[in-house]
Amino acid sequence: MSLAFDDYGRPYIILRDQGQKKRMKGLEAYKSNILAAKAVANTLSSSLGPKGMDKMLVSPDGDVSVTNDGATIVEKMEIQHPTAKLLVELSQSQDAEIGDGTTGVVVLAGKLLEQALTLLDKGIHPLKISDGFDRACDVAIKHLETISEEIDIQANEHEALIQAACTALGSKVVSKRKRELGKIAVTAVLDVADLARRDVNLDLIKIQTKTGGSVEDTRLISGILIDKDMSHPQMPKEVKEAKICLLTCPFEPPKPKTKHNINISSAEDYKKLYLQEQQYFVDMVKLVKDSGANIALCQWGFDDEANHLLLQNELPAVRWVSGTDVELIAMATGARIIPRFQEITPEKLGKAGSVKEVQFGTSNERMLVIENCQCTKAVTILIRGGSQMIVDEAKRSIHDAICVIRNLIKDNRIVYGGGSAELACAIQVLQYADEVSSVEQYAIRSFADALEGIPNCLADNCGLNPITSVAQAKSRQLQENNPRIGIDCMELGTTDMKEQRIYETLSSKKQQIQLATQVVKMILKIDDVIAPDDY
Amino acid sequence: MDIVGNVLPQVLKDEATEDKGEMARLQSFVGAIAVADLVKTTLGPKGMDKILKPTGPGQEMTHITVTNDGATILKSMYVENPAAKILIEISKTQDEEVGDGTTTVAVLAGELLREGEKLIQKRIHPQHVIAGWRIARDVALKRLRDISSENDINSQEFHDDLVKIARTTLSSKLITSDRDYFADLCVNAVLRLKGSSNLDYIQIIKLPGGTIRDSYLDDGFILKKQITIGCKRRIENAKILVANTAMDYDKIKIYGTKVKVNSMDKVAEIEAAEKEKMKHKVDKILKYQPTVFVNRQLIYNYPEQLLADSGITVIEHADFEGMERVAAATGAEILSTFDAPERAAQVLGHCDLIEEIMIGEEKMIKFSGCKKNEACTIVLRGASTHILDEVDRSIHDALCVLITTVKNKRVVWGGGNSEMQMAAACEEEAKKVQGKQAFAIEAFARALRQIPTIICDNGGYDSAELIQNFKVELQKGNQNCGLNMTDGTIGSMSELGVKECLRVKEQALMAASEAAELIMRVDDIVKCAPRKRERA
Repeated sequence: MSLAFDDYGRPYIILRDQGQKKRMKGLEAYKSNILAAKAVANTLSSSLGPKGMDKMLVSPDGDVSVTNDGATIVEKMEIQHPTAKLLVELSQSQDAEIGDGTTGVVVLAGKLLEQALTLLDKGIHPLKISDGFDRACDVAIKHLETISEEIDIQANEHEALIQAACTALGSKVVSKRKRELGKIAVTAVLDVADLARRDVNLDLIKIQTKTGGSVEDTRLISGILIDKDMSHPQMPKEVKEAKICLLTCPFEPPKPKTKHNINISSAEDYKKLYLQEQQYFVDMVKLVKDSGANIALCQWGFDDEANHLLLQNELPAVRWVSGTDVELIAMATGARIIPRFQEITPEKLGKAGSVKEVQFGTSNERMLVIENCQCTKAVTILIRGGSQMIVDEAKRSIHDAICVIRNLIKDNRIVYGGGSAELACAIQVLQYADEVSSVEQYAIRSFADALEGIPNCLADNCGLNPITSVAQAKSRQLQENNPRIGIDCMELGTTDMKEQRIYETLSSKKQQIQLATQVVKMILKIDDVIAPDDY
Repeated sequence: MDIVGNVLPQVLKDEATEDKGEMARLQSFVGAIAVADLVKTTLGPKGMDKILKPTGPGQEMTHITVTNDGATILKSMYVENPAAKILIEISKTQDEEVGDGTTTVAVLAGELLREGEKLIQKRIHPQHVIAGWRIARDVALKRLRDISSENDINSQEFHDDLVKIARTTLSSKLITSDRDYFADLCVNAVLRLKGSSNLDYIQIIKLPGGTIRDSYLDDGFILKKQITIGCKRRIENAKILVANTAMDYDKIKIYGTKVKVNSMDKVAEIEAAEKEKMKHKVDKILKYQPTVFVNRQLIYNYPEQLLADSGITVIEHADFEGMERVAAATGAEILSTFDAPERAAQVLGHCDLIEEIMIGEEKMIKFSGCKKNEACTIVLRGASTHILDEVDRSIHDALCVLITTVKNKRVVWGGGNSEMQMAAACEEEAKKVQGKQAFAIEAFARALRQIPTIICDNGGYDSAELIQNFKVELQKGNQNCGLNMTDGTIGSMSELGVKECLRVKEQALMAASEAAELIMRVDDIVKCAPRKRERA
């Protein structure tokens, strides 16, 4: 870091440990930031679209994951550069808010930054650029709303939802089975959706993975699957018409929270205590049994003796059920979570059609399925696949699809994919640019170019000639005044995305453009980076 | 630096690396193919074994393993290459899911990628290759299901099929010379399970000494424990109580108890109370009137003596699995409390005869004529622990395949027949498909055909000639022809009795193509900086 010196040649120390800090200012800082952010966007850009490629990520411990999901890629890359990290957060906030389009948002930000770089070279002030981007963004968003279409999610057995899910799944390794998986996701979401309030609580959809079989074997269980088995090997493997007692207290003698000591000073005490202990177990099991429950699920462990008493009383039980599962079961079966044995009453029991143990493969892994719950407001998607990596990737893909469907239930407006929406916005923004008389005009025009970058990138990934196909699509949009013309990624012979039925949610597209613009604006405002030198 | 010469800021952590495009792809291909080549030589009846030697200090690190089992080899290898890890992963999944075909799946995935690499060099986009592979996989799977046959589970044919499948599985292992013997043994063991798929109930006891031929399936159930001194060594018409309870010092489970006394007398009193408590427990046990008492936990001398005095044979410290097996075999309930003697008839297990037997040099307890007869024991003998371990793995493979077959029921011809049929189906399909995908479909067919080719090569036969003859035979409509690995000719698999389980083939095909697709789709490998480990 450069130092200022006084008349005697002594340096002015302004920052602590100034000598060890690295400082970048002005244009140098802008460029370095933009290049770092672009490097991340470049890595992601080849993952965009139905023919996008995957990334293989090796964690610090040597675990391998293969994924196409933007948010996962940037998260696992362990990015160190501070500005590049902003893009990681960008992708993650898209993931948190919308759940899908995490790659697209980063690629768009990358394209915007690329444009900003040329504008900077032209000598336009960064704030002017960001103002221009801001105004262009507003225009683009407005235009998105005008070209959006409302769809009837109920029509034709939710065909529109399935198509939207297929669009989301199309770019993943599971794309071969996108129709089946899309249907599973749609059914799952609709099962738990509150259509009156247009809301979906995604906690009610449990995604359970199990390696083995193949992706085709993935199925939807209208109930809950828990990775546990009966506490005693000789308990019945299936309970019909289950009345579930959901406990969060262990089948063990109570442990008062206050610290205490029981001193045994005579043999009588000893005997009394022994009897009392035995009585505890008997009472516990009796309380559960008396309530009419025929299966007990417990968050904690069982003592051997209690376990046997349960068996003897023909009360199947499951121990160490995880907290989230307990809540899920409570919601699905209408059971109340019971923290003390004394409080068990018949009304608090949950009801389910059956609880049974299922076994997978040759290794001894069993799971419990709770089916036909009283209030079937919880479902499980059981994902199968040839290896851990495929299963993990399928899980991420299905999560994306579920998010898309949820967004459509919340807001049933869609735009068409294949880069058509971006192109339409670009045309609109370009028209608007000519109306602006100030310097921002250039920034607005560049924004349009950046939007065109998305279909460009899509075409590139699909092995088409990006410049020709984008130019053709753009001219057709203008000539036919049809905002649905995009890139024919799947080579189906039509560029009208309505015919190809590539649906994307309006909310996702809007969010993408807004978030990307915001982050770019933020990066453009940084003109000074002070960092420790060993960075 | 990028192509234009701009210095790019460092985005990733210091030691992290990123490979893109061709470099990334090359890296995955090299890794995956290397793994496939490594296990390739173990494929088929004439496959060779590998010695696995652990590295590192310590006594246990000198124990070597000799094996032919793909999953075992791959599991014990430490690889750095991420694509190679994917192959190892699918091999493990194959092992868990169906138990056999672990080498095949890795080799098939490797061969697919080898073909894929050639296509990439011809400038065909990976996505086109994948599209072709997907078509090919569906066609192959359909053909595989079409050529499979199903027999009724109770028929003699099904039983014969099982024996044939077991023989086929075992023929690639160490015990190939005794495969008929072991095939019968495995089939009998599996049929005793009566359709249940819980392998736990088949116990395998390994005892060094004797020859492999001395191994046998015991129709009873053998527990690798000893009867406590001073008890009867032979009990007829035994009533067995299986328990999981503390028989040492029964501690009070109420939290926070502490014995605090102020005189020696009181100590004696409490000691007496403790004794009495144990006596009480023993009395309760006695009310069930068992003749044999098996406990999972330790039994101290005092209760042991009490029980022995009442003429009960005591077996202590049975491990958990052993207990479950005893319970399954004799139909006993595993008890932890003893307050309901009226349920004795329900909870006690029963068997005709319990006796102490000697196998080799070790004493064991044999339960014969059990009530439920579900559990059984395979006693393996062999010259060394290495041989025994390998035989154990082979038997395990065979048992897994048999259980899968019992569940799935469908079988196909072995000897490379199914692979050749699938390859033929792919080639027919390739003629109908328009576009670049057709190349990938042909490549898929070639990869499938590599499996019988490698089997031939491993046997030292002229693979090129044999495979061509094989093709011709199939073309002639000889649906059940296959490789005769004893003579090095093409023979009829129905005469040779070589059959395989459909499920194993299906799973291998699906897993291998899924993995190959996964690796093919990658165009960027990011390796994070390895976590720093402090040396302890």
